[in-house]
Amino acid sequence: MKKEDRLEEKNPIENLLRMDRIPHIWCPGCGIGTVVTSFAEALHKSEIDLDKIAIVSGIGCTGRVAGYVKLDSFHTTHGRAIPFATGLKLAHPELKVVVFSGDGDIAGIGGNHFIHAARRNMDIMVICVNNFNYAMTGGQVAATTPKDANASTAPYGNFEYSFSLPYLAEAAGATYVARWTALHLRRVTKSIQEAFNRRGFSFIEVITPCVTLYARRNRLGDGLNLLKYYYEKSEIQHGADTRTLDISYQGKLIVGKFVDKEKPTFLDCMNEHLAKVLGEKYQLYGENND
Amino acid sequence: MSALKTLNGNQSIAEAVRQIDPDVLAAYPITPSTAIVETIAKFKADGMITGEFVCPESEHSAMSVCIGAASAGGRVMTATASQGLALMWEMLYIAAGLRLPIVAAIVNRSMSAPINIHGDHSDTMGARDSGWIQIYSENCQEAYDNFIQAFRIAEHLDVRTPVLVGLDGFIISHSMEVIQVEDDDEVKKFVGEYMPLYPLLDTSNKMTVGPIDFTDYYFEHKRSQLEGIENSPPVIEAVGKEFGQKFGREYGFFEEYRMDDAELCIVVMSSAAGTCKDAIDELRSEGKKVGLLKPRVFRPFPHKKIAEALKEMKAVAVLDRCSSPGAFGAPLFTEIRSGLYDYAERPRIVNYVYGLGGRDIKVEHFKEVASKLEKIAETGTVEEIYSYINLRE
Repeated sequence: MKKEDRLEEKNPIENLLRMDRIPHIWCPGCGIGTVVTSFAEALHKSEIDLDKIAIVSGIGCTGRVAGYVKLDSFHTTHGRAIPFATGLKLAHPELKVVVFSGDGDIAGIGGNHFIHAARRNMDIMVICVNNFNYAMTGGQVAATTPKDANASTAPYGNFEYSFSLPYLAEAAGATYVARWTALHLRRVTKSIQEAFNRRGFSFIEVITPCVTLYARRNRLGDGLNLLKYYYEKSEIQHGADTRTLDISYQGKLIVGKFVDKEKPTFLDCMNEHLAKVLGEKYQLYGENND
Repeated sequence: MSALKTLNGNQSIAEAVRQIDPDVLAAYPITPSTAIVETIAKFKADGMITGEFVCPESEHSAMSVCIGAASAGGRVMTATASQGLALMWEMLYIAAGLRLPIVAAIVNRSMSAPINIHGDHSDTMGARDSGWIQIYSENCQEAYDNFIQAFRIAEHLDVRTPVLVGLDGFIISHSMEVIQVEDDDEVKKFVGEYMPLYPLLDTSNKMTVGPIDFTDYYFEHKRSQLEGIENSPPVIEAVGKEFGQKFGREYGFFEEYRMDDAELCIVVMSSAAGTCKDAIDELRSEGKKVGLLKPRVFRPFPHKKIAEALKEMKAVAVLDRCSSPGAFGAPLFTEIRSGLYDYAERPRIVNYVYGLGGRDIKVEHFKEVASKLEKIAETGTVEEIYSYINLRE
């Protein structure tokens, strides 16, 4: 390709990005952009009406996604993306509501909301970009930092247990649970497509490199080194028991689709219960009659 | 040994923390205060401090840890900013209500929405009725000095009230400055050993903290809680004086700059006061009688002292780095104007809101304010009581 042509070439997902906000703030080697690309690809393939989708982000590096996608989007406060999405979904049950946020936001400060949305089987999709630390503020130890890994607030290693997010999601009641890494681009896309076709609380964890903070502080090299780690140490085990998915420092990464089941959503339960106790005077609320 | 060190605002606070070595430190990362926590984490990991360092899952939990640790009888601190302080809001009232002498460094930052990480005073001004003593710093040296004094004030037996020390986000927190770091032992000696009152760890005297209190006694208890902050002014003054005797930098409720024969006065807190001093110098060289009054302590507010300092001015401009939607003016302005109410002869007074979300305020802006004050003094009329500086409208 000639240089002039390259300059003319458009970003393949430009129709889904707010190009006036580009260049983005993510570091070279960061995996968040990769997940956004997978998401765009999934949107494209799913042929979803772009007017019927809303993206909600919290705070942090991944929290910036809401500002970059050219869709209805909300950049909420730290940890509150899920309750915000819950309100959005209940006011507009016809919308596909996607929470796109980081591990610090979803499993740390917003952990309570995460388990309760899963418990209610709220019909939303949560994409959690897990880079093992609070990256935006400079790489502090998080609820997902593997034991022994260094962080700015754990300079000689983390001694706390960390969350296994798929296990937490399933235990709390999620009906679709998958985990991938930034290397598994097509798998991430496929999982997002699948989740778009499911009703209920879908959770997709994507493990991504944080080159500037996590990798550098742990002397793990650059983005490519981390992708090599994912390549060498990840193992696809669909349907694996989520109790076996703990991540140890630079240890094995079990990835795959672990949970894919159906059960009534929050709105189904509400409609069923109120129809039973109130009888005919109750008007069903939700997708088919708003 | 006392030494000059090049530190930014966050490191200055961390340096004071290292010297004081509180029993428990709990904080959650938030820009621009994160570096305080990180530096403390490093001190802890390197064995330079003995206090327990906790990384909770939110600011709400961080303040809860502080309250638990302070109730147990520990000397406790935290650091946060903006949304983090807002998330602590519920617990701020508990800390003050239980009269727990917790000390917090607050790196002043604007409040969402829209999200912005730069400095203004919306966060701490939002907490002004929570019962905490509030002290503001102009530069890194003051942040360091104020933080050390905060423990003495908070823990004084007549006060026993939490104290927050404000320093402007980025402008101070991330700016390097050469500051005098006092000798470790001298600082420790100045702060002294902490003697908790009614600690939960005193198992021979069993006690319940914070039980339910209805219409029968709640009002009396709330009233008695206020005694701490009401008793604090002489303590704040004495601690500031003693600090001066010991380390050569004396502190009061506010600083007056070239106020001796001033007829016009600009009132501004924190980092902007430094810029204002340059503006005052320029104005003075042009023969204009303008002075600066820089409040340091906002809670308890020194109404009487400030009113006495301002009563003979012809015109006063109060600059707030915060707005108070629907109020008669921004917080600093309403306090000062109210303090002047009882004086038969009082200056014309106007309010300017400046620097929201970190918008810069420069020497030229202060000079504009001064020229407006000149006009007010000349005509005796105020056309606009409330307006903005450096805002596109």
